[in-house]
Amino acid sequence: MGELAESWEVKRGQEPEITFRLRKGVLWHDGKEFTAHDVKFTYDKIMDEKTNTVRRSSYELVKKAEVPDPYTFRVTYQQPFSPGLETWSMGIIPKHLLEKVDINTTPFNRKPVGTGPFRFVEWVSDEKIVVEANPDYFQRKPHLDRVIYRIIPETSLSEMEILTRGIDFSGIYPHQYRRMREVPFLKTFSQPSLGYTYLGYNFKNPLFQDRRVRRAFTHAINREEIVQYVLYGLGTEATGPFPSHLWYANPGVKPIPYDPQKSRQLLSEAGWKDSDGDGILDKDGKPFRLKLITNSGNEIRRDVGVLVQRQLREIGIDVAFELYEWSVFINKFINERHFDACILGWGLSVDPDAYEIWHSSQIEKGFNFISYRNPEVDRLWEEGRREYDTEKRKRIYWRIHELIAEDQPYTFLFVPLGISALQKKFFLMEKEEAGKERLREIQLEKAGLMYDLIKWTVPQQVVVEQ
Amino acid sequence: MGSFILRRSLQMLITLIGISILSWVVITVAPGGPIDLHMDPKVSPKIIEQMKKNYDLDKPVYQQYFLWLKKLFTGKLYSFKDGRPVMQKISERIWNTLLLNLVATVIIFSLAIPLGVFSAKRQYSFLDNLGTFGAYLGISAPSFWLAYLLILGTVELFGYPVLGMRSFVTEDFTTAEIVMDRIWHLMLPSVILAIGGLAGLSRYTRSSMLEVVRQDYVRTAKAKGLPEETVFYKHALRNALLPIITIFGFLIPDLIGGSIIMESVFAWPGIGRLSYQAVLARDYPVVMTILSISAVLTLIGNFIADILYGIADPRIRYE
Repeated sequence: MGELAESWEVKRGQEPEITFRLRKGVLWHDGKEFTAHDVKFTYDKIMDEKTNTVRRSSYELVKKAEVPDPYTFRVTYQQPFSPGLETWSMGIIPKHLLEKVDINTTPFNRKPVGTGPFRFVEWVSDEKIVVEANPDYFQRKPHLDRVIYRIIPETSLSEMEILTRGIDFSGIYPHQYRRMREVPFLKTFSQPSLGYTYLGYNFKNPLFQDRRVRRAFTHAINREEIVQYVLYGLGTEATGPFPSHLWYANPGVKPIPYDPQKSRQLLSEAGWKDSDGDGILDKDGKPFRLKLITNSGNEIRRDVGVLVQRQLREIGIDVAFELYEWSVFINKFINERHFDACILGWGLSVDPDAYEIWHSSQIEKGFNFISYRNPEVDRLWEEGRREYDTEKRKRIYWRIHELIAEDQPYTFLFVPLGISALQKKFFLMEKEEAGKERLREIQLEKAGLMYDLIKWTVPQQVVVEQ
Repeated sequence: MGSFILRRSLQMLITLIGISILSWVVITVAPGGPIDLHMDPKVSPKIIEQMKKNYDLDKPVYQQYFLWLKKLFTGKLYSFKDGRPVMQKISERIWNTLLLNLVATVIIFSLAIPLGVFSAKRQYSFLDNLGTFGAYLGISAPSFWLAYLLILGTVELFGYPVLGMRSFVTEDFTTAEIVMDRIWHLMLPSVILAIGGLAGLSRYTRSSMLEVVRQDYVRTAKAKGLPEETVFYKHALRNALLPIITIFGFLIPDLIGGSIIMESVFAWPGIGRLSYQAVLARDYPVVMTILSISAVLTLIGNFIADILYGIADPRIRYE
């Protein structure tokens, strides 16, 4: 719904109510008016068991959804659930076109009708998707006539298309960044991404039940070096489960320093010493060996694994590193909880709730596959999703950040920068109060580069006012 | 001949059923499934179970197989991934792959056979040795690496986009320019695809030719005083080309089966990429249908090769 709602209010209580006031006069691309009935229809379709979507999970706590009038949509929750608010930013589908068809197989899925600034023109499989400016868009008609999304499977070759101006905009790899910055007709952008890469320790393995061992690992892993060599410097060290540029990340939590000496000391406190002089630590006659796994096809994780393997070897830990195809990796190792340590990443959303990843109720079947258990952290996650007040939530998540960083169930490796390149011919066309239009350079907004795409333009003559 | 065709058709049908059962088993036994690949904490295990039920994945493997067959023949087969009809997904890509492979094949055959014959004619000459060297190079060099080099070189030289099937902004193009643009985009991938086959087939022709020229009937033809050229190009060449018919039979499934690597490197929207994506997503209906189509084509290709052999080689008789 997002921008289709003019405002919303939350009535707190045992059964909280969210009321969305919808914008009037918004039209679907086929000319029909958009109303709250479309929102209700979308919700009903998501909840329909016959619909093949996994998104249903997000709305399981909804008690009822109502349409008091065509411009108002109201949902009532069974219990307080603040992450629920964000889930209503989902895309809405038109009731009048989909009421009588099978939602799973309807051709609509390949030629959608929406309400946005660009409307669908064509989709050629594995080649391109074309959209054109929607003259009836409720904000204003976009300056660009058309946007073509191209599908290029071999991403390293998309560089060739940018250089020959076959593409105007594309996400790029760290190793291409420096090269692209020197191309005179390109602009490059970078921005911390909403996610992090980590090394997770399986608590089912007795090796990792000792916090000193986990902290020793983090001390031994040089995250700065990893960012330098794997990401070409295009990332920041992660300090905990929240990337530090977000409001719910605690700026007071500092990364655990790289300190192999401290690492050896912690391990020896935990009883790990090299008593037979073979260079590998041992305890009760058993050497410190483990298997580190990740999925194949991700070069960054592969390179991280190789560095971690070497760095751990330096403090006397023997690491075997293996890669598996994604579905084998998930089914045979992660879902079975059959691993010692793994390299993976999480993508987060704007809402901080990560109950499914950390709460101990999620050990059995959920996403807490490392089997992390901390009663205080459990309680805080529960509290956080019941609280609607941002200030109070912030305090809760800051505490979670502290506690998890203390426990080091993961070694939080890095938050990568999202990087992209754009042809310089694009500018923003902005209206001043006097009604005069003027051009401005495209800058990275907090909400992402494409946030004000409707203002983008390719001027004939460029006179830029800074 | 009639009874031969009937017998072979029956054999082919049985083989086909065998292949499809075997493929089904291999695909479903392979670890992972279409639903449990979601690594999204916001998706609860309960929903995953429900989704498996929606796709009939909770049923025994043999039942799933029959369901697939039934849906295939009633035209109700939909992809797990996007709910589109499987046949539609395949048919919109098959022509792209066919076009690319057809051009590559024309390049291979029109160059490889003359090249092989020429090499045989001047065995161990400088040019023959050069050809041998080139052929080994063509066979040994990884084609994706050659493709990368070729793309980099072309972009460096001409500064014109090479990926994909065509340019995307073509409003101001004349018809001739559109055709030229398509040919331009077709050139690189078909040349790369042709290199391996060209090297192989020219070697094959050469050795087949060399074997034939040592036969008694060639010596006889020479002994009775026929001109060298006639003996070589008429008597020897015809017989040397007989084994090529077999290759022709193998060619038919190859025309449709896309090259995963080349189609990915050149962003070519063909069958190879479709099947690769389908395998990664465990999109069983799509994988199975593509496998079956190529099985059918392989069988038909062999069958045609057998018949052609019977026609071309009087020593072979089918009862």
